[in-house]
Order: sequence, then C-alpha cells, then structure tokens
Amino acid sequence: MLMQRQIKRLCFVVVSILLSFNAFAQRGTGDLGVVIERATGSIQIIETTHNTSLARITGMGDLSHATVVYSRDEKFAYIFGRDGGLTKIDMLAHKIVKRIIQSGNSIGGAISQDGRLIAVSNYTPGGVKVFNSKTLELVADIPASYGNSGKRSKVVGLVDAPGEKFVFSLWDAGQIWIADFSKQALAKNHNKPRITKFKNIGKNPYDALITPNGRYYIAGLFGEDGMAMLDLWHINKGVKRILNHYGKGEKKLPVYKMPHLEGWTIAGDRAFVPAVGHHEVLVINTQNWTEAGRIPVHGQPIFVMARPDGHYVWVNFAVPRNDTVQVINTETLKIVKTLVPGKGVLHMAFEPRGEEVWVSVRDKNRVNVYNTDTYRLDSSIKARKPSGIFLTSRAHETGL
Amino acid sequence: MACFMLVSATVSAGISASRKAELHDLLLEDCGACHGITLKGSLGPSLRPTALAGKSKAFIVSTILHGRKNTPMPAWLGVLSRDDASWIADQLLNGTTGAPD
Repeated sequence: MLMQRQIKRLCFVVVSILLSFNAFAQRGTGDLGVVIERATGSIQIIETTHNTSLARITGMGDLSHATVVYSRDEKFAYIFGRDGGLTKIDMLAHKIVKRIIQSGNSIGGAISQDGRLIAVSNYTPGGVKVFNSKTLELVADIPASYGNSGKRSKVVGLVDAPGEKFVFSLWDAGQIWIADFSKQALAKNHNKPRITKFKNIGKNPYDALITPNGRYYIAGLFGEDGMAMLDLWHINKGVKRILNHYGKGEKKLPVYKMPHLEGWTIAGDRAFVPAVGHHEVLVINTQNWTEAGRIPVHGQPIFVMARPDGHYVWVNFAVPRNDTVQVINTETLKIVKTLVPGKGVLHMAFEPRGEEVWVSVRDKNRVNVYNTDTYRLDSSIKARKPSGIFLTSRAHETGL
Repeated sequence: MACFMLVSATVSAGISASRKAELHDLLLEDCGACHGITLKGSLGPSLRPTALAGKSKAFIVSTILHGRKNTPMPAWLGVLSRDDASWIADQLLNGTTGAPD
C-alpha cells in the first residue's frame, strides 16, 4: 500500500517535470524582447528569430515612458512604469511574477552588476529606491534631498556601474550621486550604501549615459549647453564639463521632448549624442572629449543609437517631426538614408548583432523590423500604441 | 468676459473632428511626456482641473503658445495654432481630456 502510494507520487512528480519541460525547455530567452503598449498598459513578448509576437500580458498600469531591464539569465524582465509600478515578468511563462507600486512617479531603473539589486529613479518623491531582484523587497531608500530645507530632487539618468554601484543625476539640484552597494561599502556603513555626491555639475541634468566599459558617466544638461562627465576610474578628479556652449550664438529651438542618452555608442573614437534645442547630432572625440563635429538632421533628435558594429547611427526625432528616421555613416558623418515609417516613431532597438532593427510606429499601431543594410521592411507586427522596445541582450550591458 | 467665452466657443467649434482627434493624441502623448499621461504631473506640474483652478484660460493659452521662461515648457506656436491651443485649454479646464486616472 505504502509502496503503491510512493509510486503514485513519483509518477506525479515525473509527469509534472515533463510538463514543465515541455512548456519551457524548448526555447531559450536570448532572442526575446518586450514591446511596451502604452495605450492599454500591456506588453508583448516578441522573438527576433522569426520576428513574431509570442504573448501579450496586461494589467501593468501607466506604461507611458516605461523601460525594461533583464535578469542576468534573461528569464525575468523588470518593467518600470511611469506610475511608479515595478513589475517582474517571467519571459518564458509569460506571466507577471510580482508587481509593486514603489513610488508616485518614476522614470527608469537599472539592475546591479551582480544582478541582485534593482534600482529605480523616482520623480515623486524624488530619490532612488533599491529592491531585491528576487523578491522585490525594499533594500534601500535614498531620498534625493538637497540644500538646507530638505527639498527633494527628481532623479534622472540612473545607471549601474562596475563595483555594485548605481550612478544617477538630480534634475532640480544639479548634482551627480554614486551609491556604492559593494560588500566593503555596506560593511563599513552599517549595511547602508555609501553615497558620494558631486555638486554644481550644471543646470538641470535631463538624462545620462555610461560608456560600455563602465568608465565614464556623462549627464546631458537641459538648462545649459554642455554635458557633465565623471571618470569613475578617478572620481577624486570630480566632474568635468564637456562640450561647453555647443549651441553658442545659435537660437535655441523649442524642445518638445526630452532627448534620451541611453543607446548611444562609441564608434571608433567618436561618440554621437543629441543636441538639445538644435536639429543636430553632436559628434564627440572620445580621446579628449571635445566636439568633433555636428551633423544637421531632420529635427530635434531623441534617440541617437548606433548599430552594434558602430558603422551607422540611427536617429529618431521629437514631435512634430517624429515620422522620420535618419541613418548616419559614422565614418563620413553623412546621412545615408531617410526613412518615413509614419507618425510617432518613438523608439528603436537593434538586434544584438545588428542585422535588423525594431522600430515602434505609434500612430500606425505597428512595430516594424528593418534590415539595417538594405533598409527593407522585413516584418511588421501589430501593437497598441507601441513605445519602447527592449531586447533581452540588455541583460549583459553595463548601465542597464 | 461673456463675449470672450462666446468667441472662444465659436473658435473651438471651428476645429475639425480629425484635428480634434490629433490634438487629443498630442495632449496625452506629447503634453503627457512631461506632465504624465494622467496629466497629474511628472517632470512638469499637474494639468488637472483642480491644479489649474484660479488660472484663466487666456493664461493657459498663452503658456501653451509661448512657453514658460526658465522652465522646460516650450512654445508650441508653429506646431499649434491659437485655435488648437484654445481647444486644448478648454479640455484641460473642463477635465475632458480623457486622461486615464
């Protein structure tokens, strides 16, 4: 009798294992991604081998301006919503694992080098919250207080940096902070992160980037023409201003949308970033961090993203010129292609090796996939007011 | 005042249904980019009727068209006409933007 029961239980276990094997083990996650559907608070899980949609997951609140990072095994996506929602998604089971509302208004986040921590930058109340990536339990709360009155600043440009650090910028305060979560720092500081602050870095940093090697953190300034750079190998040298007064003498155009700095890259010894208030892409010499040129483009650039091989840079634009994408050759600095996918081109994502690029076209309710050599439209999938596109290869990029 | 309201009502009525649909999208997507899609505020302040209480329509129209100095609020003149701005101001003041809660 006992034997029979044991066999029965064993059979149950074997069948369960086989079932789960059947459901999950037949595919990996390396070719997956998430498309944000702003209008319906939903996402689609897509795959880039055949360019299809695998699932839609709903119930994620306000996903305007949402961003996504991935666990190091690419099994889980963490979605940061504008409404302060943080949602953990199982990319294979197509399910919400956990969802919390961690603030009133958030703008983005990053996962730590070792994958244990998720940091979110918040507008309301201004600061950074750090969570356990497994459980989404709060690990640390870092209010972005500044000045004598304890006012709190909105936080932007949050990235992860080598050494279990997060680096971020304070929009209202004009500061850059480093939060060090390394074991050494925690041990010395009663299990709290060590915060290093850099003041007077410039007016209104709006976003920031970190170089792919994790060395340079660069914040774009909205309140003045220039960028603030911190060399994380030599933080004792402080923050240095680069590209100072790049728009000097020119009339600044109205800025209808804040540009983004994520997605930039270095091509050879040059980097490409959006100018603020000018219809130009700025070229930076990364040997000495001086301006190496300007490329007149169709409108105010929003994303300036390099194809993974660095040979071409793709640019989209702010309203009212957001129906167009331009491609720049990074050697000649010439525009080699202008595509007009339709109104509301909000985001682009290159497949990890760059042969195709995914482009969201909000007003057409479509995500288009283009061949990056021929510019041919390879595929197009339906989506409800798509905005951000985030592929799992982000799991292995410093900063995200 | 009554005269002003009458004029603005006539002007708003002059906007085509398709333009209204475009403006509605712009209100949520592009104003919403800074003010939040709920218009409850984000980088920019709340544009909900309670937050705008006490502000005149003329002030709101002027802010939309000419922007606000020393803030990121841009001048939308050129993208939006005075009629467009007037229609948007009406939606904001009346709370008829359709912004989600």
